[in-house]
Amino acid sequence: MSPVLMQGDEACAEGAIAAGCTFFAGYPITPATEIAEHMARRLPQVGGVFIQMEDEIASIAAVIGAAVGGAKAMTATSGPGFSLMQENIGYAAMAEIPCVIVDVQRLGPSTGRPTSPSQGDVMQARWGTHGDHPIIALAPASVRETFDLTVAAFNFAERYRTPVILLMDEVIGHMREGVELPDPAAIERIERAETLVPPEWYKPYENLPSDVPPLIPFGQGYRYHITGLHHDERGYPTERLDEINPWLERIFRKIQRNLSDILLYEEDGVEGARTLVVAYGVVARAARHAVRMARQRGRKVGLLKLQTLWPFPEEVVEQAARSARRVIVPELNLGQLVLEVERVVGRERVRRVNRADGELIKPSDILAAMA
Amino acid sequence: MATKLIPKELAKKPDRLSPGHRLCAGCAAPIVVRQILAAIDDPVVVANATGCLEVATTVYPYTAWRVPWVHSAFENAASTIAGIESAYRSMVRRGKIPDRNVKFLAFGGDGGTYDIGFQALSGALERGHQFVYICYNNEAYMNTGIQRSGATPLGAHTTTSPAGSVIPGKQQMRKDLTAIIAAHDIPYVAQAAPTQWKDLMEKVRKAVNCGGPAFINVLSSCNRGWRHETYETLEITQLAVDTCYWPLYEVENGVWRLTYKPKEKLPVEEWLRRQGRFRHLFRPENRHLIDELQAEVDRRWERLLFLCGETFSA
Repeated sequence: MSPVLMQGDEACAEGAIAAGCTFFAGYPITPATEIAEHMARRLPQVGGVFIQMEDEIASIAAVIGAAVGGAKAMTATSGPGFSLMQENIGYAAMAEIPCVIVDVQRLGPSTGRPTSPSQGDVMQARWGTHGDHPIIALAPASVRETFDLTVAAFNFAERYRTPVILLMDEVIGHMREGVELPDPAAIERIERAETLVPPEWYKPYENLPSDVPPLIPFGQGYRYHITGLHHDERGYPTERLDEINPWLERIFRKIQRNLSDILLYEEDGVEGARTLVVAYGVVARAARHAVRMARQRGRKVGLLKLQTLWPFPEEVVEQAARSARRVIVPELNLGQLVLEVERVVGRERVRRVNRADGELIKPSDILAAMA
Repeated sequence: MATKLIPKELAKKPDRLSPGHRLCAGCAAPIVVRQILAAIDDPVVVANATGCLEVATTVYPYTAWRVPWVHSAFENAASTIAGIESAYRSMVRRGKIPDRNVKFLAFGGDGGTYDIGFQALSGALERGHQFVYICYNNEAYMNTGIQRSGATPLGAHTTTSPAGSVIPGKQQMRKDLTAIIAAHDIPYVAQAAPTQWKDLMEKVRKAVNCGGPAFINVLSSCNRGWRHETYETLEITQLAVDTCYWPLYEVENGVWRLTYKPKEKLPVEEWLRRQGRFRHLFRPENRHLIDELQAEVDRRWERLLFLCGETFSA
């Protein structure tokens, strides 16, 4: 296909449609509004449904409802709306509802600076809900990557029956780049698993060897129970420890045993590097430039660009940092993902480069940390 | 003695919303706010929901507000003012501060009032806080670039109800929020427009002195979203009133009263025709939407006349 000029928010919407998304419920918020606007135009054209809700709580709840009804469903928001969605994201994790939540991060806390970029929601994506559950969160660094990772988000959601968070940022969302989109026929689309068992045998939370029991949409003759309470294999509320614990173990196991599929990243010259830069999202662009500049000066510098932030790619980071005396983690926050890097490689080797004032980290800032 | 509601007297009062704000040329919001603030002689405290008014009156590093002013979030101006009002009354009661007869106002757009802020507003009204909530209603989310809201009329083009080959603009009627608020049985509820400025200001005076929660829904044109010239703002607002699309009335202690009756009720088309957001409705295939809108305006108008005791059957 020939290249087209496209905004990150548009690429997200197009990626969703390419992945088979037929339902979007959302609420206007800068800098994610363009995703809703694009979906409002495009979804009716492909037979899908766009609904504007009365707030973000309603948006994520409608998305969960649509997913239970059988649709691939998505919502998009920014920090303040992401905060409002947290209760229902926890619900989706508890009830194992496949859905995609896009958070185009802007400077916070609170209203912050709506048109300035941030990576301030990284920990909120992981720990914003109450209670323990795994989560998948992906962070794109370009318009094309936004398209690809939106597709990946839907595929992970369906394959692992889990909410997936796409952590964009204001620059990636609003930036326009020339992109060459993949041939639609070449895009891998994971569809919801089906069951071979008759309705009377179906258990929506069965402890199957795959760890991912199929979710049969409501309305197909399978009567079952979905709740935010702890539940047994049939979905009925339980207080039995021998039902709660196996469930908890299973929902972590279904992510943990599939890390090779879920962990997306790009390595550039990490082998034998004396300095490693670990970056994601818009900052990965400055990092790439900084690494090139350092190499011109004869430094052995590697770049690890993370696309999957959660689950945190512990082994990937550990391996990439093996030969590095210094690991630099630039982030548009006051130190969030770096806490994970420090946990894995030790604090002594790590240098932080942070900004949380709405301005971007420059390549020279990262270069300075290499000195 | 309250200032007389005549231009000569009102012009002598210092503006409580200063010039130099960044609201668009042609925006009705600052007209509405200035009329409201000018109607009140007592000290005023304002809570402002997220929206154009909040953003464009407080552009870095200035504020246009000459009264104490707080912006919290999109959904909770009514809750914030409820907290302020309760604390003030508590301080007065305990003799910590003198009672200066402070009036508590909350401003929200239609998004922050009809949609995301509705729960906070309803709760504050039920609890009986003594405050006035003003909805400056421009019938869509204009601050984020014109998305439909619960106040957007049937058929209007917005970026999330785009008129095209599949759908002809917004597919639902707007909700009748003023009537919903009236159903809270609070002392004072009104609907107003900046073209009838004296009517609006009198309503504000009743609202701030009603001894309980009050609500005023003010139609406030946005020329960017409604798609008209900047100088047409008030003319088009008046057409909304004269077509009975936006009737002016009040509900005082449960008694409904019409405060303005057009000499001649114009067809709603007269109002629609002047706005770009309805342009597609004038294509033959969409004509039925104008008829539906007219029928709905008539139905609501007839009901209002009945509620106001102007007719004997709805």
